[in-house]
Amino acid sequence: MAKLDSKIPEGKLKDKWSNYKAHQNLVNPANKRKIDVIVIGTGLAGGAAAASLAELGFRVKNFCYQDSPRRAHSIAAQGGINAAKNYPNDGDTVYRLFYDTIKGGDYRARESNVYRLAEVSNSIIDQSVAQGVPFARDYGGLLDNRSFGGALVSRTFYARGQTGQQLLLGAYSALSRQIGLGNVEMYNRTELMDLVIVDGKTRGIVTRNLTDGKIESHFGHAVVLATGGYGNVFFLSTNAMGSNGSAAWKAYKKGAYMANPCFVQIHPTAIPQHGDFQSKLTLMSESLRNDGRIWVPKKIEDAKAVREGTKRAEDIPDEDRDFYLERRYPAFGNLVPRDVAARAAKERTDAGFGIENNPKKEGVFLDFKYAIERLGKDVIEARYGNLFQMYGKITDDNPYKTPMKIFPAIHYTMGGIWVDYELQTSVPGLFAAGEANFSDHGANRLGASALMQGLADGYFVLPYTIQNYLAYEFDTPRMDPKTQKEFIEAEKAVKVHVDKLMNIKGKQSVDSFHKRLGKVMWDKVGMARNGKSLKEAIAEIQQIRKEFWEDLKIPGETDTVNVELEKANRVADFLEIGELMARDALTREESCGGHFRTEFRTEDGEAERNDSDYMFVSAWEYKGDGKEPELHKEPLKYEEIEVKTRNYKTA
Amino acid sequence: MSSKTINLKLKVWRQLNAKTKGKFEIYEVKNISTDSSFLEMVDVLNEQLVNESKEPVAFDHDCREGICGMCSLFINGRAHGPDTEITTCQLHMRTFKDGETISIEPWRAGGFPVIKDLMVDRTAYDKIMQAGGFVSISTGGIPDANAIPIAKPDADEAMDAAACIGCGSCAATCKNSSAMLFVAAKVSQLALLPQGKIEASIRAKNMVAKMDELGFGNCSNTGACEVECPKGISIAHIARLNREYLVAKVKD
Repeated sequence: MAKLDSKIPEGKLKDKWSNYKAHQNLVNPANKRKIDVIVIGTGLAGGAAAASLAELGFRVKNFCYQDSPRRAHSIAAQGGINAAKNYPNDGDTVYRLFYDTIKGGDYRARESNVYRLAEVSNSIIDQSVAQGVPFARDYGGLLDNRSFGGALVSRTFYARGQTGQQLLLGAYSALSRQIGLGNVEMYNRTELMDLVIVDGKTRGIVTRNLTDGKIESHFGHAVVLATGGYGNVFFLSTNAMGSNGSAAWKAYKKGAYMANPCFVQIHPTAIPQHGDFQSKLTLMSESLRNDGRIWVPKKIEDAKAVREGTKRAEDIPDEDRDFYLERRYPAFGNLVPRDVAARAAKERTDAGFGIENNPKKEGVFLDFKYAIERLGKDVIEARYGNLFQMYGKITDDNPYKTPMKIFPAIHYTMGGIWVDYELQTSVPGLFAAGEANFSDHGANRLGASALMQGLADGYFVLPYTIQNYLAYEFDTPRMDPKTQKEFIEAEKAVKVHVDKLMNIKGKQSVDSFHKRLGKVMWDKVGMARNGKSLKEAIAEIQQIRKEFWEDLKIPGETDTVNVELEKANRVADFLEIGELMARDALTREESCGGHFRTEFRTEDGEAERNDSDYMFVSAWEYKGDGKEPELHKEPLKYEEIEVKTRNYKTA
Repeated sequence: MSSKTINLKLKVWRQLNAKTKGKFEIYEVKNISTDSSFLEMVDVLNEQLVNESKEPVAFDHDCREGICGMCSLFINGRAHGPDTEITTCQLHMRTFKDGETISIEPWRAGGFPVIKDLMVDRTAYDKIMQAGGFVSISTGGIPDANAIPIAKPDADEAMDAAACIGCGSCAATCKNSSAMLFVAAKVSQLALLPQGKIEASIRAKNMVAKMDELGFGNCSNTGACEVECPKGISIAHIARLNREYLVAKVKD
């Protein structure tokens, strides 16, 4: 297992990060100017890292596929960001945030990384406030908090239902300042096409300019991937249309291990699918579960009548409503973690109690009647006004009067590129931050923790740990991609890849393949999986991939905007990522967090972990096209935490 | 939801790149669910075009939930279409009638050159932000977040301004192609907060200077920007921008 050195520092858990910082190598200010760092992605992790590294004096090149760094999909996070400030005096501590995160992740996250995350969480709030992020405040002028799933305290800071937007714009403002000062070179509408490795170290990237198709190379002493998750492998998800797993996949093919690819988060509260032309699913924030109660009709005939439109939700009396989360999980009620809430919704829907008139008869109610009775409409409007407005525009329903209809949707990938304590991948000089890495959320992420992790990595972890690597790099001269043979070869390979896609000249569109892949993923590698479905999925994905390379049609040219080509490049990778996800899920013969194998469940339907055989991180190594990837295992050791069966029924 | 389907005629602006002239093309789409979003309707058109081996219509979009600010489009002569306080991606087809002809054009403003079809270049907005849309602090060494209380009404008003998504509809709608509402939203947000107050006037001066340099016009208080702003940002913020700008000029 020498290859998987997680580099966890010595010492007690609470001292590890301090000890690390006290003894790590740093780069002196004069030498920082000699070092180029490439950052891919401008979300919370990428934007924060690019800005912070530039502030330190490194020369930064930052890339995004959107038209502006402010568009990164972190912007869509609604509900909030966790921190262990304990402002409400309700008993929160760094340890409790750490504990909740490990437990929420179903004991499949690395203890040392999570503890560090909890430790730096408070600084993120300080930093954001100083940038001018307008968090919600009380009348006394101090910051307000609310609750999210999986916690018994209120530790979530928020800016209406637009917390991700405000935190991202904070990072974007810091980044903009550095671009204006000339410390960051920003490349918009530019896609990463490959990584360049020279003598075993990451030395740069090959990109495609999405407006004129130009293939170019850039040198960097180190490369940071902050490219988000691969949830769009399912076609329908809450991700942005352009969110993709290609950067991670290119890294995988260059030797970076993919960790726990089967750990996908299904968010319990998205607006249900309406039809076949649907392009994405819209999330309704978890914060709504603070005041909304989730239910389905108790009587199956009521559910049928609601679907058929002969009965309205409002007409079903309280005694005929099944508040199934409150019934099954009395201690946490509607605020159980996402995986638990999502599975419970599926259980009721599978049993025939779904309330939405869509092909699968999915959907459950999220009802604000009780909160409006208790607090008044004004309070609810102040808390969730923009979410209610969004819901109204999409569905044409008024959630102040009738309950919202919601259903689980693919939302986030806990799995990602394997990184050590320093956020370095298994390829030297290649780092991964934010959702792109695997490290902090185990098998299930708690609400309001993605924003925390993205910004922790970008502001407070990577700017330290990357220096421990760069301290040995300042005397490496900058390479000229035009003459360095590895760059020339990589560029050539990218051009061949683009031509190969363009020259298939078949009959089927990219989207048609993507939708087929998504259906296989959702039906067989989705909220519930089993050995049979996963084996079928692998065979079906291979078949779709074969057809893709024989019958894909891309109109247009390569030297201009060609959206079909962009999508094809990403879907080609999704068609491989999906297979690895199924393979990983097949290997993991247990249920944990978001990974639910129907063969492995307790008598009352809860996930049944197998700690003696599967308490490890699976890290997959690419072995070449058409060859089976190799599984490496990083054992997980819990020294400061007692591993228990996750229980949200009692406190 | 009472879902039905409609047929539409689309008059779509097609333009190869910034150097060539564009023109309208007419397309027909059939059986569009009224529960679809406007962009899902354009997806259907594009799938149709791809199947006919024609180039699909290029347009900007990403999050499809009204927050990233990437989608744009002039629909029937209005920025983000015939509804208020939404972006194009949140516009739903139930707003349209069966058999209707819908015209679809890109943003038209001097500061936003067309890249292709309906896609425009909005990097000018980034450049305005780079000129001063920030608080000049670096990462780390920050006092506790609760060290400076901020009156709730100020924090709330700052949030109203901070809701700007940088989509460009204000400049695209303005007859002078002015980006004043965009600039004002940032200047006002930061001027309302003690953290941003310190640089408020210099920020206003630098951002306005950059806006002028990049070819955006002057504000003549028509208020059109406020009407079309998908986030309902008030032109009252322009008054705050003008105050800060004046302070800077007096100091000069």
